[in-house]
Amino acid sequence: MNEGRETLRKWVLIIVVHLAAVLAWQAWITFGKVEPYIMPAPLDTFATLLEFKTYRWGHNTLITAASVFGGFWLAVVVGVTLAVLFSWSRWLNDAFMPLIVSLNMIPKVALGPIFIVWFSYGLGPNILIAFSICFLPILITTTRGLNEVEPELIDLVRTLRASRWQIFTKIQLPGALPFIFSGMKVAVVLAVAGAIVGEFIASEEGLGYLMMQVQVTLDTAGMFMAVLMITAVGVTLYAIVLLLERLMVVRDARMD
Amino acid sequence: MSIATKDAEAEPFIRLQGVRKIYRGRREEFLAVSDVTFDVGMGELVSMVGPSGCGKTTVLKILAGLHSHEQGTVRIGSQADSFDAARDIGMVFQQPLLLKWRRVIDNVLLPAEILGLPMAEARERTGHLLEMVGLSGFAQSYPYELSGGMQQRAAIARALVHDPKLILMDEPFGALDALTREKMNLELLRIWGESGKTIVFVTHGIQEAVFLGSRVIVLTAGPARMADNFLVDLPYPRSLDLKTQEAFGDYTRRIYKLLGME
Repeated sequence: MNEGRETLRKWVLIIVVHLAAVLAWQAWITFGKVEPYIMPAPLDTFATLLEFKTYRWGHNTLITAASVFGGFWLAVVVGVTLAVLFSWSRWLNDAFMPLIVSLNMIPKVALGPIFIVWFSYGLGPNILIAFSICFLPILITTTRGLNEVEPELIDLVRTLRASRWQIFTKIQLPGALPFIFSGMKVAVVLAVAGAIVGEFIASEEGLGYLMMQVQVTLDTAGMFMAVLMITAVGVTLYAIVLLLERLMVVRDARMD
Repeated sequence: MSIATKDAEAEPFIRLQGVRKIYRGRREEFLAVSDVTFDVGMGELVSMVGPSGCGKTTVLKILAGLHSHEQGTVRIGSQADSFDAARDIGMVFQQPLLLKWRRVIDNVLLPAEILGLPMAEARERTGHLLEMVGLSGFAQSYPYELSGGMQQRAAIARALVHDPKLILMDEPFGALDALTREKMNLELLRIWGESGKTIVFVTHGIQEAVFLGSRVIVLTAGPARMADNFLVDLPYPRSLDLKTQEAFGDYTRRIYKLLGME
């Protein structure tokens, strides 16, 4: 009861502050006499939504969402799988973890032109750029989580002759889940950035491509709307991750 | 009475003789424990007391089969009471070590799952055990919803779920506040009485060792060795009044003296 009221209060506050920010933006443009090609008003920005034939919002948003979601979930699968392999084999970990950290030093954005040479334009290379930019945080947090088991707990199950598989499925993996989610939350933001950069340089569709198109005509309202749609894609993915965390991780174990 | 039964009667459940353990570092060796010789009868509650670094945890881990030893013999189980190392050990540590994401009942069931015991029976047993440790209303709670003392009760239930013959406890109440600790001592004596398990209880609390144990093993540090092994001739059931009695004081003084604290 009390908790419900507290949640309601929080949400009302969140919505009020967001609306207030939009209103302040509108007021600034209306009363501040800002040139619309420098800074469009929120109403003009939202008005671009009606011209869906010009902007193809649905199609472009779907394309961007596909590269963000594709790159992100690929990173989750590859990151977690690698972390599991590394936790099973000390040798694999010692041999390849340093290499992966070195490779991570490469500015992923710089890979864009190379990916064009390898894979041509399109969704595929963009998914790869998003993936390459966001998979390391997942690998690192998962690796840490899998190793974060109290040695005495291992003693306890060793007296019961627990197999490695039992230790992995009953203790290590569920124990690593909060760590995996904390890595995923960082990765969402990076995946969006990666996908958009990919669309700037190597794409013929998607919100990033759309921004480059309308920039030529100084259509700032269109660019702003594209940014809002990109943000919406990121927020949606983040919300999915939060929801999954709520379902899979007990409250006490959640991390930020 | 035949000689065979006489032997079986004379044969204790646990027998350690001249046990010695050395940890080998890169440069030097470190004597973890030496001269450990004691018997534990079936159903006995033996306290092992000593300062940090005296090797009491090492002895416990040797009993648990987690550590090897250099010298001496360790035998658990007798003709009368067989011992299966995989199924007959229950452990309780200073930290409850409950899995955060499991409800209390599923935490208690963990050993049964690992051993592949029939789960219907194990669940029924868990119900009784939670009642015995005073957690019957908390089966569906998560560990974070319980106090430290309650978490440790759950850990004790977990150590009993596969019905092991031997319970090894490593300072199980060391992280609790003084009052909760006294309460848990009384609870442990009751649980011990009801379950009839053999318990080896490691502690650095001298009063706790005497209050709980039917026998006390004293270990000293520097060098790490066993210094004493005596019966505590105070009747069960024991209550907190016992601590004011002269005999109780005599036993604790005997340990203080051995540890050079008199």
